[in-house]
This record gives sequence, structure tokens and C-alpha cells, in this order.
Amino acid sequence: MIKGNFIDNLPKVYGIYTGGFLAFIIIMSIGEQMGMTAKVIGICFVAFTVAIYAIIGYLSRTAQADAYYVAGRQVPTVFNGMATAADWMSGASFVAMAGGIYFKGYGYMALLVGWTGGYVLVASLLAPYLRKFGCYTVPDFIGTRYGGNLSRFMAVVVLTVASFTYVTAQINATGTIASVALDIPFQYAVYVGLISILLCSMLGGMRGVTWTQVAQYIVLIIAYLLPVFWISNKMGAGFFPHFMLADEVSRIAELEAQFGFVKNTAENLKEVPKGLAGITKAHSAVNATPWAFISLALAMMMGTASLPHVMMRYFTTPSVKAARKSVGWSLFFIFLLYSSAPMLATLSKLSLIDPSLPTGIIGKSITEVQAIDWYQNWNQANLMFVSDFNGNGTLELNEFFMGGKAVVLATPEIAGLPYVISGLVAAGGMAAAMSTADGLILAIANAISHDVYYKIIDPKAETAKRLVVARVLLVVIGFAGATIAALEIQGILGSVIWAFDFAMSGLFFPLVLGVWWKRANKEGAIAGMFLGLVSGAAYLVWVRTGGSGFLGITQLTFGIFGSAVSLVSMVVVSLMTSAPNAATQRMVDEVRVPSGRSIIGKQ
Amino acid sequence: MSKQEQHWEKSKGLLMVTLAIWFVFSIGIFLFGAEMNEVTGPFGYPLTYWFTCQGSLGIFVILIFWFANRQEKIDEEFGFSERGDD
Repeated sequence: MIKGNFIDNLPKVYGIYTGGFLAFIIIMSIGEQMGMTAKVIGICFVAFTVAIYAIIGYLSRTAQADAYYVAGRQVPTVFNGMATAADWMSGASFVAMAGGIYFKGYGYMALLVGWTGGYVLVASLLAPYLRKFGCYTVPDFIGTRYGGNLSRFMAVVVLTVASFTYVTAQINATGTIASVALDIPFQYAVYVGLISILLCSMLGGMRGVTWTQVAQYIVLIIAYLLPVFWISNKMGAGFFPHFMLADEVSRIAELEAQFGFVKNTAENLKEVPKGLAGITKAHSAVNATPWAFISLALAMMMGTASLPHVMMRYFTTPSVKAARKSVGWSLFFIFLLYSSAPMLATLSKLSLIDPSLPTGIIGKSITEVQAIDWYQNWNQANLMFVSDFNGNGTLELNEFFMGGKAVVLATPEIAGLPYVISGLVAAGGMAAAMSTADGLILAIANAISHDVYYKIIDPKAETAKRLVVARVLLVVIGFAGATIAALEIQGILGSVIWAFDFAMSGLFFPLVLGVWWKRANKEGAIAGMFLGLVSGAAYLVWVRTGGSGFLGITQLTFGIFGSAVSLVSMVVVSLMTSAPNAATQRMVDEVRVPSGRSIIGKQ
Repeated sequence: MSKQEQHWEKSKGLLMVTLAIWFVFSIGIFLFGAEMNEVTGPFGYPLTYWFTCQGSLGIFVILIFWFANRQEKIDEEFGFSERGDD
């Protein structure tokens, strides 16, 4: 069926794959008509997609360092864009984002702006230059540009802190979905999730992860968009929701004015199960101060440009030119999902709160709501809760509580879509969480195996030995992440945002100034990474333990403080110590020119 | 000024323009979020709301492709572009 080189046949391969997946959805919906139970459908969706990823992971196995670390540097721009989008969009984006917008409205949408705007910084400040450098990992760039094992090691430390914070949340998300879809306890489901993740990356490294991420992107985008369009059409809100929901948005504002945001007493809130929230903020009105919005967006943008698992995706393109274009494609593919999340939040909210819709529950009697099938299901799953605080027998806006995940997971069911859609959404969430977890675990394992083991401990190690070390680390880090995830310490979204703040505290300025400021030297970079990370972490601890913070910097935006310290210390220390030598200066000059051989390849 | 320095000057110029546009749509307009939201934006959404869920995001996509093309032109002008057509 397919002749010739795999890379040349990519559109065909993934075309067939997409067709096959759509056919699978149709088969499942026929199965549902013929009486397949919801549980079987859920298991089929998750098992089928994970099996496909595992096969791709196996077919991508490799024994070459270049293929293992940077997928042989031959990933075409558009496909790298898809892989980056899957790498980027985590379980949090897929499952939690629409929920966040549902509850918090405008203030939360700073994350949408931040998580997309950051790509402008990636494209213009960093990605093409790091690609020209020809490094395998982000610390590889720091270590070569500034010189010395200490700078390399500091970069590995920052990378590990940021990525590890992030990865536990992703393994947690795969575990949650696996436990719901396969109906097994969470503590075991976490390890099922982990094994699925490792199947994609163990044998093929970056090459395996690249081609599974493309496959995962296709699943997750279908799983996100199909329900949004379907629900919108079913509600009669318009066949293309993105352009047609203005009436719904203003209707929500109208209803909010009518119901009002009644504040619940602390006494009453004690009854509400942990993790559930009510609607307390306006949907489309501006409800955050400019600085609260802007500081969060800024932290996320700078964090985006410093997260190594994203940056390393641009090391896999064939050229510098392709790296730049690829950033554009990445953001385009991300845009498809991010621009749909607010639409889903709008549809979900309106369908629940509008008394004139058949699905609306606000204004109905409490007993009536408690008798609804889907309410009982999601109440049992601990994601929905109602209580008659004022004792009038009717459900008010402030008496209805929901978990953030429920917006994505439950809306199809509330809108009366067939169960096959819920199975599809579970597969999409699994794909989103797995792809990000793979990218992160690989980033950490590669940095430790390449930068610490090969570059610092044993520079003479043979390729075969290096790849064994890389794979062992992959498994060890995966298990460490899963073990911490099984403890269920933090929520999914909080720890994701912290990861961005850690990354920007320690890495943003050392990376950017490495390209854009020739005078930046080793001592400056080390000071910048060390003091940035330490001061950011200290600020977080201070605010978490009751500190008041300053300048409106919260525990979600502590990276602004950390990176400011990093910038100042890096500039001051660089200027106090001697300028980098002539060879380093020449290296920076060469990085700035796209043509010619890569820096590291030349050594 | 050497060819390489000229190339870098032009690249820096492009960076400044790109970052200026980025700044306006990621930070600048949100300084006036409350005022702007009184205005009806594209497709009938409140303007600030529209920017947060579609406008700014779409502009970033276009901005990156525009930047990539401009930078390629600059590289070609100085003979620094890579061979290959991807």
C-alpha cells in the first residue's frame, strides 16, 4: 500500500489513520445502537487508541542517538506543528480549561492569551537560534553557549524542577481517565497510564514520541471539536459555534443579572464536596483588574518560552527556516482547540442555567433535579452537587456546584448526545495527557542522560550505552512521577501553572540573553539560573504560608518575581566579571545566521 | 559594517516590530479591558471578550507566519538562507 520513504508518505499514513479512527467511531455508534453498554464503549475507545500509540511507538524503535534525541532532524513543519500542539495541550487544557472559563470567565481567559502569546516569543526570540545551534537538549545549549559543567548542571536542575512539577499532573490526569474508562481504582489506574506513556517513548525516544504525538493530536482534536459542534447544533445555537454564539453570550449575561451572584456563607459551603465550585463570576464581563489579567498572561507567555519540552520539539525540524514556520503551525493547531474552549463553556453554562431550555436546571425544584439521570451519575462521581441553602425548595444559581472537569466530560451527556461521544472524549483526554507526559518525561530523561551522564560523567560512553542509560532514566522518572501522582497532593491545574513559573524563573533570561546579548557570560548565567529559581521558589513558599506578597504577584504568577531577580542578577554579575572569550563571541555570531553548519555538529 | 552586522541589524529591527505587535495584543489592549468591553466586536461578541477567546489568539498565529516570512526575506537578501525547500 505504501511505497518508499516514510517521511514522504506522512500525509498518506496519517490520512489513512484519521479515516480509520472515524470508521472506528462509526462502528462504536452502531454498536451502541445494537446495545453495547456505556462501559464497554469506554473501554474500547481507550484500549483501541492506546494500542495504536503503542504500535507506533514500537515501529519507531531506534538505536541511533540522533533519532533517539531529535527524531533524526527530519520532521516536516506541519507534522511537527501537530506534534507540538499535542505535546503542549495537556490533560489540563483538554479537561480543565473549559471548566475554568465556565467558573471564572474573563479573569481565567488570561490563560488563553498567555498560552498562545508565548509562541510569538518562541518563534522570534529562541526556536530558530536554538535549532541552528544543533543541540540535543535545552541544557546542551546553556552548557555550550556559556561553557562549564556548572552552568549545564544548573540548567538541568531548573528543567527537572519545572518539568517534574508538570508531569505529575499529567500522570494524574491519565490515571483519572483510565480509572473512569476502565473502571479500576485510581492507585492502579495511574500505573496503567504510566505504562501506556512509556510504550510510546521507550523504544523510539524522540522519534517514537513525535509520531505518536501526531496520532494523539488527531484523536484529541476530533474528540474536542465534534462534541462542541454537535451540542451547538442540537441546542439550535448555530452550526458554527465560534461565529454564532453572541446571542448565547448575551443571554448568559442577562440571566446572571436576573439571578445575581449570591454569596454563600462559609457554613453552607462546608457541605459542598471538595473540588466543586459554583458560578461566582460573570461570564463575559470584565471582572478582573487589568494587572491581575496581564500579570497572569505575562507569566504564562514567558513560561511558554522557557519550557524545555516545547523548545526541544523545534530541534527536530530539518532547518532553521522550518523551525520558524513550525512554530506558526503549532500555534495554529493549538488555536483550533483553545478558541473552542470558551464556546464549550458558553454552551455548557447556558444549557444548565437557562430555565427556558429543556436541560436547564436552575429554577426547577430540588427534588426534580435530584431525580435526573445524569445528575445522579455525576453526583456519584463526585462532580456535581445541589443543596437547598435557603430552604425554598427551588434550585438557585448559588446552590448548584460542579467540578471543573465536568464541563468537558458531562456536557455531552447533559445535552443528550449518545454515549459514544463520551467515550470519544475520554480517549481525547487520555491522548492529551499522555502526549504531554511523554514530552515531559523525555525532556527530563534526555537532559539527565545527555547532559549529566554523557557530557559531565562519562564523555567517552558509547552510543549504545548512552541509550540504555536514557531508557532506564525514562522508566525511573516515570515511576517517580506516578508514585507522587498516586498520592494526589495537588489539583491538575495548579501544578501546571507552577511549572510555567518555575521554568520562567530559572531559564527565560539565560536562554534569551544567550542569543541576544553577547556580553552575557558563564558567571552571569549561573547566577541568573540559581537566584531566579531560588527566589521564585522562596516567594511561592512565602505566599503559600500566609505571606501577603507584593505588587499583586500571587502564587500563580511568582515567576514574574523570579525572572526579574534572574534578569537583574544575570546582568549585574555578567558586567562585574570578564566578557566571554573570542571563540564564544564568534559562536554567538554564527548562531544568528541561519545558513552554514550547526554549532555543535562542528566541534 | 560587515554583511553579517547589517543582517543582524535588520533582524533586530524585525524583532522589535514583532514584539511591539505582540505587546499590543497580549498586554496593551487589556489595560483598557473594561472600557473596550462596552463596544460590540466581531460576530456580535463584547469586544474584550472576543479578543480573549479569538482575536488575540488568531492575531498571534498570523503574526508568527508573517514574522517567519519577513525573516526569510532578510536571510535571502544577505545570502544567509539555507538550501532546501521545506
